Parts: sequence; structure tokens; C-alpha cells
Amino acid sequence: MQVYLDNNATTMCDPQVVEAMLPYFSEQYGNPNSLHKFGSSIHPAIMNAIDQTYTALNAADSDDIVFTSGATESNNWVIQATWIDQILHGDKNHIVTTEVEHPAVLATCKFLEDQGVKVTYLPVNNEGVVEAHTVKSFITDKTALVSIMWASNETGMINPIKEIGEICKDKGVRFHTDGVQAIGKIPVDLQDVHVDFMSFSAHKFHGPKGVGGLYIKDSQALTPLLHGGSQMGGRRSGTLNVPAIVGMGKAMELATQNIEATMASIREKRDRLEDALLELSDTFVVGNRDNRTPNTILISIKGVEGEGMLWDLNNGQIGASTGSACASEDLEANTVMLAIGADNELAHTGIRLSLSRFTTDAEVDYVISHFKGAVMRLRNISSSFAMQKPTLGGEVQECELHQH
Amino acid sequence: MAKADMLGASLWDAYSNKVTTLMNNPQHQGEIFEAEAQKRGHKLIVADFGAESCGDAVRLYWEIDPKNDIIVNSKFKSFGCGTAIASSDVMTELCIGKTVQEAVKITNIDVELALRDNPETPAVPPQKMHCSVMAYDVIKKAAGLYMGVDAESFETEIIVCECARVSLGTLREVIRLNDLKTVEQITDYTKAGGFCKSCIKPGGHEAREWYLVDILADTRKEMDEEKMKAAADAQAEGGAKFEDMTLVQQIKAVDAIIDENVRQFLIMDGGDMEIIDIKKSDDYIDIYIRYLGACNGCASSATGTLYAIESTLKEKLSGNIRVLPI
Repeated sequence: MQVYLDNNATTMCDPQVVEAMLPYFSEQYGNPNSLHKFGSSIHPAIMNAIDQTYTALNAADSDDIVFTSGATESNNWVIQATWIDQILHGDKNHIVTTEVEHPAVLATCKFLEDQGVKVTYLPVNNEGVVEAHTVKSFITDKTALVSIMWASNETGMINPIKEIGEICKDKGVRFHTDGVQAIGKIPVDLQDVHVDFMSFSAHKFHGPKGVGGLYIKDSQALTPLLHGGSQMGGRRSGTLNVPAIVGMGKAMELATQNIEATMASIREKRDRLEDALLELSDTFVVGNRDNRTPNTILISIKGVEGEGMLWDLNNGQIGASTGSACASEDLEANTVMLAIGADNELAHTGIRLSLSRFTTDAEVDYVISHFKGAVMRLRNISSSFAMQKPTLGGEVQECELHQH
Repeated sequence: MAKADMLGASLWDAYSNKVTTLMNNPQHQGEIFEAEAQKRGHKLIVADFGAESCGDAVRLYWEIDPKNDIIVNSKFKSFGCGTAIASSDVMTELCIGKTVQEAVKITNIDVELALRDNPETPAVPPQKMHCSVMAYDVIKKAAGLYMGVDAESFETEIIVCECARVSLGTLREVIRLNDLKTVEQITDYTKAGGFCKSCIKPGGHEAREWYLVDILADTRKEMDEEKMKAAADAQAEGGAKFEDMTLVQQIKAVDAIIDENVRQFLIMDGGDMEIIDIKKSDDYIDIYIRYLGACNGCASSATGTLYAIESTLKEKLSGNIRVLPI
């Protein structure tokens, strides 16, 4: 058996989505911008995808949903356009975000800092959640944008988006949320919350890779990131990626219809897995389950280093993820893990398991058994569980190797 | 960047088979207990290095025959990734049968070499080289405990890059001898900074006492100061070679020659000249000048006068001088 539990990284494209996309590669391949029938015959499919997206997110007809290459582009667009519109050509100079954002937000903000923009990176509480009153206290007259993720990719923890939206509305500051981990996992109703901009990627909810979007409330102005042929009403140039857009519409529909029932089923499997893993001694999971996306577990296992654990899981044909510095290309500790700060060791022992609607009970059983076996093996090797004490003088007084 | 870098390498694919095998099935993992060692008339040394909160930790066990200081048995426990476990395993293997005095000479480079499948191919990707450094550190600590000396006493020089074991002395010498100007060049010449990158500049994987950027800046500063001093000394002695002078010295020297030999004739004709710049190319030293007053536009300014200025400067300062009026 092989089990994929890394659905916060990417998901399997639903076969129904693939089926919906197929005609738009070799049969109906026209450019929707063309006047001839090859082009115009594509319009109903795109219109259908637009309808599916507006319905899934409960967006108003006066709002824009612009299709992009994904949330990285959407995040870059909002943040860089804010810089141009409100800072270079306006009187603002400040952006508020958090320490736990995705790199597409953090690295863009760092880039703007290099250009002289002031950026505040808000801390999170020990559950990894940004508190609304913290956001409120850091907004100034000069704040051009507040950018806070709806749910965390690492912990699954859900931020108080409704409250933060109200605060931003009161203060007259534009509010952007990275909704990548929210869509398809929790209800997203854009007429219930006040959000000016929301980014998303189709591949996180069983759609194809390389397509996503940016929701823009009330069609407000935002300088384009990509200039060219004025597609999408001039908001985002580039020939429409027709099959991907059709696929995303279908995926959005599948991910949001009956979301309560689908999520209850995922939550039940997730909770069973989480309960079983917490039977292991010296473990903890980050964040209250009730305020967490129903598919995610970030578990810390004392004495077991994350990359080693990932290795053993991989040997058992299980795909998971770790925030461990050892598993990263540059050995840098995962800033999100450090920001949560629930336990210093989380940055080295955290394993993330993320389920999907395709995860089965048999897979959960298999993972429980294999996971426990891997922890047993690695704890048996681990110095953290050794019995014989070091020779006098041979102990480690403090962290002498790394000073993060 | 190039084609090979377009898709980031897969960390695990770069591990040698030996690393993989030992990670899956370490041979010397386990503990030696005090009572067992005593029963056999041996001395047990147990040393820790690193901590779980640091990201990796190792505990090394040596059972030593006190009659001849030979490590008769060795085991390890490790909190760490696959390469840390494999490195620790090979480290214990290398210790067994050696005297403590021999074992302390084992470096992280020996550990990494022992993990290779063939001598030419590194056992781990560059950023994982660091895992083997802990093996070296814990051996020094164990040897220090056994011999009753400080672990630091085994280190005779300051090691700036632990992964490649490059000393401060070597770095300073290589920068000087090869006139190195960038950290990339230092890495090309010495391998320092090519692995975990902690020693390049502050803010990396771990805090270091010495950083390549500072060593480079300090050494370059020393080199520049020495060069200036040499040039100034040479000029003071009157024997300076024009080519070796600093730009300011060159301008002063040219001005002095012009004042002494040329300017009076130009002024007599109602003109003058000024030095705009001096530039050194591969074959020539180009002196850019501008004519002033009556010289500006005078027919001979591009022929006879120019020839006179250039030949005077060539004679007095350097045969490579070209004078270019602008």
C-alpha cells in the first residue's frame, strides 16, 4: 500500500476534473479572444467555470475573480500593486502581515522592505493563530494593506478572518487573505466576511497545477502585474489557460458542494489518526482541533528528528512533510515552526500529515501501524532515550552546536 | 544557474548507498553500560554533543582498555537525520581498535570518505556534509574526558569552515597569494563555505566565531594598506615605478612633469592644459588631457604639441604612456 498524506502541499487531480478538461486540449483548442467560431465556441466553457467559481465562493456579481497562474502570482500581484498604487503613487508606507505566511507573501514583503516599505510581521499565539486585537493595534494611518492567511499550510490553524476583516473595514485599510488552505477545507463565503482580496490555487483542492485566481471585492482598482493582450478585462494578460480554468471550475464545484459532509468524513479519519498517534508517549499536536482545517495534523515526536521520520515513512510508501531544518535545501530552520514557539523542538521534530477526501480508512490504519513502528525504531536509536548517563563532564550544558 | 539547477536536486537521491544502508540498519547503534565495562576491566567513556533542541545530538560510548588505551568497543545513540545516523555509525566503526590518541586524529573528512561508495563521488550533498562534523566534535570530547584535558586542546589552529576543515591561516594565505576578491573565489580555491554555508556570513545554520566575508574584507584591507604603504615608501625614496603608483600619486607625478617641462610654453602662447583622468588598459597607460585657452583648437595641439607632451611623459615616467586630448 502507498499512502499520500501531504495534501497541504498538493493534491491528486480528481479524475472527474481531468475528464472535464480533456476536450479543451485537442478538440476545442481555440483562443477565446479570437473572433472566429474556434474561439467563440470556448466561451460557454469559460463562462461555466466563472459561474462555478462565483457560486463556490459566494462572490457577488459586482466582484471580480481573475484567473491567474496560482496563489504565488495572486499574492505577488496584490502586494506589489499595493506598493505601486498606494505607496509609490500614494501617501501610505506600511504593510501588516504575519510571521507565519507562505513564502509567496513573506518573500514579496521582504522584497518591498528592500525598496523602503515598512512591513510589520505580526506574531502568532502558541496555537499558531493571529489574534484580531494584535492586528488592530498595529494598523496605522500609513498602513496600505493587511495580508493574513485564512488557514495555515503548516498547522491548519484558522485565523479569525471575519473579525480581522471588520477591523480593516473600520480602519479603511485594504485586507488581503491567502485563501489557499481554506477553499475546499472550510466554508468560504465572501459575502459573509469582509475581504478585499483573496488568493487561491486549484491544485490544493484536487484541481490542476498552474492555475488559480485572485478575488477582488467590488472590482476595485489594482495595477496589473502582467501586461500584454488585456485578457480578463485587462486585469491579467496572457492567453487564457482554457483546460486549466475549466478544470479549476469543476474542482471548485466538487470541493465545495456538500463540504460539511465531506469534511465531517475527513475530520473523523483525521481525529482517529491523531488520537492513535497521541497514544505514543512524549508527543503533542499543535492547535485545537475545532479551530483547525479538518485534514491537518502537525505532530511533534520527542527524540525523533523530522527528516529521519520522513525517511522511515517514505520507506513505508507514506508521503508526509516536515518543517525540520535538516530536510530543507539550505538547512534553515522553518520560520513558521520557530514563530509558533510552542516548543523549541518543534522545528526539528514536527511531522505534518494532511489528508484528503480520497484518504481511506484502510490507509489510516496502515499509517497508524507504520508510523508507530517508525517511531519505535528511531527512538531506539535516539540519544534522547538513552539510559547510560554521560561521563562526568561529558554532558551538554546548552545548545553548543547551533544557535538559531 | 544553468540547466542542471532548474529543478532543485532531490536531497535523498544524492546520498550514497552506504549512507542509505546504514541509516536503515545502523551496525553500532546501542549502549555500553558502566557495569559491563567494569566487569571486563575496561573504562567507559560516554560523551554527548549537540542537543535535541539544536536539531541534532549524538552520544558516543567508548569502552577502553586502560592498559594500552585501545578502544575495544564503541557504540552510539543519535537524534538526527539519516546522514547524522550514518555518520555516527561509521564514526564508531573507525574508532574501534584504535588507541584514544589515534582516534582523536579522525576528522569529519575521514567519516565522509568512509561513507562513499567510490572514492570520487561525495557520500552526501554539500549541505549535509555538516552532519559528519558532529562525529569529529564528539570524538574530541570523549578523548578529552579520557585523557583529562580540554577537548579544544586537540585543535592546533582556528578552523573557520568545519565541513571542509579549512583554517584561518590557510584562508588568509590563499586570499593573498591568489589576490582573491570574492567569497565564491575562496570557495573555488579552498572549498571553504561550499557545504553548510554557515561560515560565509552571519545568519546561517549556526553562529560562528569567524566568517568568510569578514576574513576577506580584513585581508583585502590589509593588502590595500600594504600596497599603499609600499607605493608611498617607493615614492619617498624617489624610485617609484609609475605603474605601481596610486592614481593620486600618478596625477601628482604627471602634473609635476608638466609643470616642469611643458606648461610654461603653453602659457607663453596664451594657453594651458589640465589632466582629466588616468586609465590603465592592458598595453597602455592612457592620460586624458584637455587643452585650455588658445591651445584649444590650435593646429599643433593634435600634432607637435601633443607629441612633445607625450614624449616628455614617456621619457620621465613610463614608456607605456599615451596622451589622449579630449
